[in-house]
Amino acid sequence: MLSSKDLLGLKDISKEEIELILSTAEAMKEILFRDIKKVPTLRGKSMVCLFYEPSTRTRTSFELAGKYMSADTVNISTSTSSVVKGETLRDTGRTIEAMGIDLVVIRHSCSGAPHMLAEEISASVINAGDGMHEHPTQALLDMFTIKEKKGRIEGLEVAIIGDILHSRVARSNIWGLKKMGANIRVCGPMPLIPPNISDLGVRVCSSVEEAVEGADVINVLRIQRERQDKGFFPSLREYAKIYGIDREKLKGAKEDVLVIHPGPVNRGVEITSEVIESSCAAIEEQVTNGVAVRMALLYLLLQGGAKGEGAN
Amino acid sequence: MKVLIKKGRIIDPINELDMVGDILIEDGRIKEVGENIEAFQAKVIQAEGCIVSPGLLDMHVHLREPGYEAQEDIESGTAAAASGGFTKVACMPNTDPPVDNAAVVRAILSRAHQVGSCGVLPIGCISKGQKGKELAEIGFMVEAGIVAISDDGKPVADSSLMRKAMQYAKAFDIPVISHCEDPSLSSGGVVNEGLISTELGLRGIPGAAEEIMVTRDIILAELTGARLHIAHVSTAGSVRLIREAKQRGVKVTCEAAPHHFTLTEEWVKDYDTNTKVNPPLRTIKDVEALIEGLADGTIDVIASDHAPHTVEAKSLEYDNAPFGISGLETMVPLVVSGLIDKGILSWTEALKKLTKAPADILKVPLSGIAKGSRADITVIDPNNSRIVDPASFKSKGKNTPFKGMELKGWPVLTICGGKITHSIFSDN
Amino acid sequence: MALKEKARIMTAEKMARTLRRIAHEILEKNPDMENLVLVGIKRRGVPMAERLREHIELIEGVKIPLGILDITMYRDDLEAKNCSPEVNKSEINFSIEGKRVVLVDDVLYTGRTVRAALDALMDFGRPSAVQLAVLIDRGHREIPIRADYVGKNVPTSRNEVISVKVKEIDGVDEVLIHEKIPDEP
Repeated sequence: MLSSKDLLGLKDISKEEIELILSTAEAMKEILFRDIKKVPTLRGKSMVCLFYEPSTRTRTSFELAGKYMSADTVNISTSTSSVVKGETLRDTGRTIEAMGIDLVVIRHSCSGAPHMLAEEISASVINAGDGMHEHPTQALLDMFTIKEKKGRIEGLEVAIIGDILHSRVARSNIWGLKKMGANIRVCGPMPLIPPNISDLGVRVCSSVEEAVEGADVINVLRIQRERQDKGFFPSLREYAKIYGIDREKLKGAKEDVLVIHPGPVNRGVEITSEVIESSCAAIEEQVTNGVAVRMALLYLLLQGGAKGEGAN
Repeated sequence: MKVLIKKGRIIDPINELDMVGDILIEDGRIKEVGENIEAFQAKVIQAEGCIVSPGLLDMHVHLREPGYEAQEDIESGTAAAASGGFTKVACMPNTDPPVDNAAVVRAILSRAHQVGSCGVLPIGCISKGQKGKELAEIGFMVEAGIVAISDDGKPVADSSLMRKAMQYAKAFDIPVISHCEDPSLSSGGVVNEGLISTELGLRGIPGAAEEIMVTRDIILAELTGARLHIAHVSTAGSVRLIREAKQRGVKVTCEAAPHHFTLTEEWVKDYDTNTKVNPPLRTIKDVEALIEGLADGTIDVIASDHAPHTVEAKSLEYDNAPFGISGLETMVPLVVSGLIDKGILSWTEALKKLTKAPADILKVPLSGIAKGSRADITVIDPNNSRIVDPASFKSKGKNTPFKGMELKGWPVLTICGGKITHSIFSDN
Repeated sequence: MALKEKARIMTAEKMARTLRRIAHEILEKNPDMENLVLVGIKRRGVPMAERLREHIELIEGVKIPLGILDITMYRDDLEAKNCSPEVNKSEINFSIEGKRVVLVDDVLYTGRTVRAALDALMDFGRPSAVQLAVLIDRGHREIPIRADYVGKNVPTSRNEVISVKVKEIDGVDEVLIHEKIPDEP
């Protein structure tokens, strides 16, 4: 049973809720391997993917998740919506709610925008990434992948490497993994380490070698070119050399280390092709798992309310 | 009209008065101060248990006129001031057009004269168009009636221009009010930089952005010998820097706003845009340092930084909503509840920061509660407790994070030039 | 709502005998063992199906394929219940294309579960025939569905609940009738 009509972040949900989502996703994953990838569960339900930021994979993943569950899905992205006409998010929310939708998946460049929308409308809201705040479904699929590969999350040593400051993926992973009992280290160029991050219960490492030492999982974040222009680090070349994950740096990690990446990957910058293609990486499986996790969320939110067992 | 205020506790930091007594007001002037005054056909205010103070002065408000009348205008802003217990306000020049020439100063003063419910003291721009490039015609504006200069929300980044502004202002004996913010450090920031900015994924404004400019301006004040007033101090570091500068004898004064000594960054947690203010709400350590600074006199003045905004603007995303809190109508109870009731400031000390101290900085003559003075009086009921309801604000700006909070010590009567501009007493 | 035990209508021995009989009936009706598969409906249809498979193996010496079907996502009462029952994985690790599928469940009541199971099953492929085996048929059908193999017909009132218990889940094999007692106002 999820306690809220919305999924806005992992900070405010419980360990039990995360476990429920992950176990439901397991059942959903089976559907993805059928010849007929469709169940009638959400027939008659409609959802809107409201994307104020360009995204192909997350939007497609949500859209397919909805379609596999028989929900009707509609996409609105900035270029085609009334956003350009100056309509506020609150008004847009009200407008699409008036059309009878049951759920909105929102991506927005402003942190907190999904909160605002969730307050405004009674339909469910799923945060598909807001500013530098949270990206809960990405963290859930990361955790799903970790659990699938490692059999557990509790007690694992997880290193998150890269631009932590601007990363909503990092924040959601920190909240979720901490709740599930993992130990987290973060590492990146120091200007990209957010202030007071250690107050969240993570260890800040000044070198990748230190962060990787004995790690069970390495979550490599995408580095954006714009960060160099803003002076957070001197060059992509230097970043790749010092913070990029290659075979050599993996040596200090556990032998069966799992390497994940939220994608899309800048090959040769934050991670080498060699590592991507190696058996320790599960980047494509993450994508598959993303659909399963999103199907689970749609099911849990759209069928709302308490968990019950059918009686004859 | 005659008004007789009976049996109030008269506290006047200007004349160093603290007594229980009566005040008789006639023809806009204080006719008599004493005990057991009787007056024929006067409107009698029973002020037993209330504090009777000289009219309060808020030296940092945004009246928004001309240009942003949807947010506030001189009529609504001064009505809000009266309702908040003020008889004078100094208004910031970031209007449209900005107050960077004598004509705009005269327009504001004339408008205030027509529709104002309190005295209005315009502050002029430092630079033309607040652009930070060349000095505004400060001399002409002084002639027209400005009391200080400031580029408020758009701090002067060019140190050389700031130096010249101080040198120039010194000749006119007006203070330079500085909104201290290094734009290269604060750029894009919307909340305090720290744990909360990290948790919420909002861009942070580090305390250093303020403190670097406090340092620069103190050094420039020292260099030029000009009078520097630092607006809305928000960090522990700023308080320390100002305290040290004062000890060295630098002519620096400063103010703090009630939201900065009452609230912390924790209040931002639900992305309530009413908590979005510049400088941002800081940490508990900063709040404690402000309170210490208020208590030891480092912070001379309490000012609201009244920044009204429309509901529409404040209902945007946190990143896109404007900075500011509508503060005139909650300032007095916040001072009473937050500082006086907690024993941090005595009534005399607190009222001084709302009357004599800002008046001295702006060189505004105040004669306080004395026979023959202009009748500017504020009566505060320390026991009057009420829930903050923005809908009842006279200000057009309903943007306050204090909404729904129960506060004690509201102004119950404001008299400006002998005229009752705010009263909760019924007419009979 | 409390439940009051009314009667025990099947013991462990009776259950075993009944399932053995059904196994025989299935074999009788489907002599071509090649294409016969069992699919248990979660939850208690699964142990029923497992036992049927054991009986068939004992009788014929052949282990026929067994699948597990979770019909949660095909239910038509999700909305009405305003709840999201736990979803479990379906595990049918063989093709049902052209197979004779025997669906197995513990109780046949309104027929809605079987309707959902048929839908779920069809998403896995096109069987040549589908048959239905249930331990208890308690009547009150709301959909035109009939079982091919019935352990016991138990006429009930709607106020009663049939509780099928199995060792694998409940620690004991038995079938009870309970009566719903409304809570004191």
